[in-house]
Amino acid sequence: MKWKFLLPAAIFAAVAVAFAVGLTLDSQRLPSALIDQPVPQFELPPIAAIDDGDPYGGGFSSRNLGGGVALVNVFASWCVPCRVEHPQLMSLARDHGVSIFGINQKDKPEDARAWLERHGDPYRAIGADNDGRVSIDWGVYGVPETFVVDAEGRIRYRHVGPIMERDLTGTLLSMTAELGP
Amino acid sequence: MIAELGHFALILAFVLALVQGSLPLAGAHRHAVGRDDGGWIAFAGPAALGQFVFIALAFVALTALFVGADFSVMVVAANANSQLPLIYKISAVWGHHEGSMVLWVLILALFGLCVAVFGSNLPATFRARALGVQGLISAGFLFFMLLTSNPFARLVPAPADGRDLNPLLQDPGLAFHPPFLYVGYVGFSMAFSFAIAALMEGRVDAAWARWVRPWTLAAWCALTLGIAMGSWWAYYELGWGGFWFWDPVENASLIPWLVGTALLHSAIVVEKRNALKSWTVLLAILAFSFSLIGTFLVRSGVLTSVHAFATDPARGVFILVLLVAVIGGSLVLYALRAPALTGGGLFAPVSREGTLLLNNLLMTAAAATVLLGTLYPLLLDAVGGPKVSVGPPFFNATFLPLMAPMVAVMAVGPFLSWKRGDLAGAFSRLYAVLGLAALVALAVWYFYRGGPVLALVALAAAAWLLFATLAEFADRLGLFCAPWRDSLERARRLPRAAYGMTLAHAGLALVIAGATGASLWREEHIQSSLPGDAVTVGGYEVILEGVRQVEGPNYLADQAQFTVRREGREVTLLEPEKRIYAVSAMPTTEAAIRTTGWGDLYVVLGDASEDDSGAWTTRMFFTPLVVWMWIGSLLMVAGGLLSLSDRRLRVGAPRRRKAKRTSDLEKETA
Repeated sequence: MKWKFLLPAAIFAAVAVAFAVGLTLDSQRLPSALIDQPVPQFELPPIAAIDDGDPYGGGFSSRNLGGGVALVNVFASWCVPCRVEHPQLMSLARDHGVSIFGINQKDKPEDARAWLERHGDPYRAIGADNDGRVSIDWGVYGVPETFVVDAEGRIRYRHVGPIMERDLTGTLLSMTAELGP
Repeated sequence: MIAELGHFALILAFVLALVQGSLPLAGAHRHAVGRDDGGWIAFAGPAALGQFVFIALAFVALTALFVGADFSVMVVAANANSQLPLIYKISAVWGHHEGSMVLWVLILALFGLCVAVFGSNLPATFRARALGVQGLISAGFLFFMLLTSNPFARLVPAPADGRDLNPLLQDPGLAFHPPFLYVGYVGFSMAFSFAIAALMEGRVDAAWARWVRPWTLAAWCALTLGIAMGSWWAYYELGWGGFWFWDPVENASLIPWLVGTALLHSAIVVEKRNALKSWTVLLAILAFSFSLIGTFLVRSGVLTSVHAFATDPARGVFILVLLVAVIGGSLVLYALRAPALTGGGLFAPVSREGTLLLNNLLMTAAAATVLLGTLYPLLLDAVGGPKVSVGPPFFNATFLPLMAPMVAVMAVGPFLSWKRGDLAGAFSRLYAVLGLAALVALAVWYFYRGGPVLALVALAAAAWLLFATLAEFADRLGLFCAPWRDSLERARRLPRAAYGMTLAHAGLALVIAGATGASLWREEHIQSSLPGDAVTVGGYEVILEGVRQVEGPNYLADQAQFTVRREGREVTLLEPEKRIYAVSAMPTTEAAIRTTGWGDLYVVLGDASEDDSGAWTTRMFFTPLVVWMWIGSLLMVAGGLLSLSDRRLRVGAPRRRKAKRTSDLEKETA
């Protein structure tokens, strides 16, 4: 058998291996330039008061981070996948004691309040990012996105899209445990 | 009930495909080793017929479910809506993964049926083997559907209404482009099955090439039309005036087209000169393999693409196993058997075979380049590299330099004779053509001074190809040297395949000219316009008159009125729309286009300004010569169809052709 006749089969074998590896990769995994960088400096107001009531909480700024491992979750009431990931966030906060901070992106205060009252509030503090400027500083592509921030205030991991059950058990819990309390 | 019947029909088709994929192959093998085949070979035809009948039943059942808007079926609920116009309810049948797979196997079964019905001129064992291979492919895909993508799965509880078809697919151009693409993809399965059968038999000869050619030609015509329709759709629907984006899904259709075109030409060499056998067999395997990989890329989620409306990583593993079995298996068979295929005819480098082979290599290299560009991000990611995307600059820098020599050679090839060509003689007849091409380049340079040099080169190449093709045709007819009565007689006797070649090659020249004008000379204006504002584009003055709301069957639209003036005279009214589809809340743009031979005026309505000033974003393009791209594509398809109707292919085997020819002669003398 001449070797040149084997060439097509050999090339195809290489391509097939690449396909097989490609299938195991997560197409949602988008690397962030901010990995291992300190979090951007920002100061967000709380979700605004309605009808002369109190504002919702005390806002969220970069000073809140760096005291311990934390998740920063970008969410909005208009975002359907956020509803999908919400039970997972509740479970993280309630059952695993993870501190979660929220960036409420381009939302109406009344909608955001109604949403939190209806589905529960897993956040230690929430900042209202009304013009989306801070989200841009974080390099957010779309809502929802979640960042893992370590005790030194550096971004260690970025999760694009809703957090599913398998992300919880797969990466997020082990990550927060590994980085310490 | 209809859904369950459809599901049942698919299962029966799968069983028949298994029969078709096993007994005839075993029977042919027994026959080959000199034993009695026990009538097993005879199973091939009836099994192919039965398989087609059951898949057609399943397809009809699915269509009935869509037309009847039965939202208890999952794919109907996900891809249709009670408001959807009937025509898009029908096209929604294949507007998603599950349904497009049904269409895929339906076309596969149809091709199998055609071999069973029209293949009476094939030797019995060869036909059984080819049908057996088809049966195996079909069984694989039916198994895949039944296990991972059942189109008849129910949804409990059934929703009151469906989620509607993706608005981008609610367009005549895209609604009917997948069937043509699939006929193309699947049609190459015939060449593939014939190649595998020939490898099993260990024999490739002129007769084989003649059997393969019509199937390849039919697939090629459909694929050409499908790609052209897709490109046309992208041009008028996406709203950017572009026609080709080097998107993975587009590339997935271009790669089999390039290899299929190479196959079409190398089969001629096998037929006429008994050379390039193992190469042709390899091309036949590759054309279908790339069609399969194209299907894989679109569906598995392995590559992300703007076009991929049917992706699911869970199915990827199954498709990969199927690919390895079909492509890997056939390439291993090729490695084992191809060395035994000894070539017959020798030929000099300068000869018609030589130019055909050169262009074959250039086309395959181009296909490999496009494949590499498409897969590179994936390959890099697989070895842990960074995420990258390979864009048009890569493809333009690699694909075009390969196409340029191909076009140059393509013009000369038909002037050379088989076996040993006379280059000087050919060029002596091409002086005039060379002069005309140079004249075109000069004229272009004069009128578009300061434009890109590439446009100059590309248009000169298009002119070179067009005039050389016409000159070759004139040469055959003896125009301008023989009396016109003789020329007419020669035109009558010229085989249709010759007309086909002339049309297809001239069509390609027009496509090159159109693509050049539309991409390199495109004029683009984006601005914020108030009613009454005028913009000058490509010699037209375009005035925004106003914007009003209009209502369609399942959408609301803002429709703008633009008056178009040329040299002070009003020539037309253009009404581009911006639609919001009610159910999916997805916006689409409907460009308004005024087409002339020199170029298209293309007007798009963007968003209203947010500050209530009444201003609208408007985009206007002038895309020169673009219409010639569509005309050229149609000419290529027409050329293919004409060649397909050549009696050489209709009558098939050489033995029968001889018989027919004598009877023809008798008729003429009588």
